[in-house]
Amino acid sequence: MQGPVLIANRGEIACRIAATCRRLGLSTVAVFSDADAGAMHVAAADAAERIGPPSPRESYLSISAIIDAARRSGARMVHPGYGFLSENPDFAGACTDAGLVFIGPPEAAIRAMGGKAAAKAVARRAGVPSAPGYEGEDQAPERLAAEAARIGFPVMIKAVAGGGGRGMRRVEAAEDFAAALAAAQREAAGFGDTRVLVEKLVASARHIEVQVFADAHGNVLHLGERDCTLQRRNQKLVEESPAPGMDAALRAELGRRAVALARAVGYVGAGTVEFVADAAAPLAADRIWFIEMNTRLQVEHPVTEMVAGLDLVEWQLRVAAGEALPLTQAQVRLEGHAIEARLCAEDPARNFLPSPGHLAMLDLPEPGPGLRIDAGVRAGDTLTPFYDPMIAKLIAHAPTRTEALERLAAALDAVRAEGVRLNAGFLARALLSPEMRDGAVDTHFLDRFRLDEAAATHGAA
Amino acid sequence: MAESPVKAEITAAVWKIEAGPGTRVAEGDAILLLESMKMEIPVAAPRSGRVKAVLVAEGDLVEEGQVVATLED
Repeated sequence: MQGPVLIANRGEIACRIAATCRRLGLSTVAVFSDADAGAMHVAAADAAERIGPPSPRESYLSISAIIDAARRSGARMVHPGYGFLSENPDFAGACTDAGLVFIGPPEAAIRAMGGKAAAKAVARRAGVPSAPGYEGEDQAPERLAAEAARIGFPVMIKAVAGGGGRGMRRVEAAEDFAAALAAAQREAAGFGDTRVLVEKLVASARHIEVQVFADAHGNVLHLGERDCTLQRRNQKLVEESPAPGMDAALRAELGRRAVALARAVGYVGAGTVEFVADAAAPLAADRIWFIEMNTRLQVEHPVTEMVAGLDLVEWQLRVAAGEALPLTQAQVRLEGHAIEARLCAEDPARNFLPSPGHLAMLDLPEPGPGLRIDAGVRAGDTLTPFYDPMIAKLIAHAPTRTEALERLAAALDAVRAEGVRLNAGFLARALLSPEMRDGAVDTHFLDRFRLDEAAATHGAA
Repeated sequence: MAESPVKAEITAAVWKIEAGPGTRVAEGDAILLLESMKMEIPVAAPRSGRVKAVLVAEGDLVEEGQVVATLED
């Protein structure tokens, strides 16, 4: 491994990558927009390069600005973090062309998993079950409607190139299909590709994903699963490992599917294979379907690090430098239960509306055994509208799920802030709800919990 | 009825103007779309009427409570 490592990101993930580099004796280069000149991630690195104005398009999403910064700084490796350019194959290619080591999978693997339809085609070839659906090239409205009827309502229409919840429509019955298709295609046009796929809708769903790791020597292994069912606006807020109700045999089966997919695309580095599971029944192999692969480190990777006792950023650096994976599948040990909450500047009482502003005070609990805090902002920072509302991740680890839930809820209750609204208290209450304690939740749980709280408040007033 | 102000409920960047000056809108129609912390937030017409003026441009930064447009009958 040779530094400097340029970290093409901001916030908590940039700070977290810098910490591992420092421990391994690799120097780091931060990049920053004009809104971030005084940010925590700049202070966490050994050097820093300005890359442009606050707008992400002109800074953290600008391939040329980041390649220029890498050249100026003498960086040898580039870590993209998550979000921004992390799953952009052109960026991976541009790094390689500039003689930089991209810390991530090969450009071709990112492309192969990039589109929702392409990824499902890979899964079919690899023998991995996807949700029943249609992802053909014939996009005639009559054909799509016929396929929807064959799959059985309710279905989801999804833009092939879509993301972030846009270009998606839920359809309950055949008579609503034509209008929903037109709406989805209008939104899909915004992605420059009007093609859609039709998929069976799992009405009550859990989100379960498997962490995979591959090296350039043909070794591929998995590090167990994460349950990421607690979401708002299709974004995860709480993640845990192991998944409630998971047993060793099912874990091995999902791990086998995830490893098969990684092998099918010549994967190298850290990746996550996402599945949807039917929440209406106990977890079972024939009620879990592949949805997509994320070709990068995930926000929620610390949950896996806590149960496996590993540093996944260290593995990424070693694999990118050509080293073999340090463990075999049989040597992977998963212990205890870990759960993470994303602390965000947002207001649950106003439907999770973001809350930018000046963070006059921020008091996070002290990390210690069984409690990890990955923060990206400090008291005195200003949270601008340009970037994500997440300011820190709190991760608890304990021998049992109940202890981990209680430790995380206590940590969230200890968070104090002035100047912006945070979701800490709301998440603490959700973690201790009977449904969450029983593991009896689906992806709509947080929205229901919020509405129930609002109704109770009004009822009491 | 006289002219009425339309305010942004959050500090954000102006992403898109949906209803320019002269456009008839019903209560609840989006006049413009804001983007803050990766979320799209519509600024809705507080009543029906005609958009008299849009006081911001796409890409502008607006503060919570700032008047971003005016409505007339």
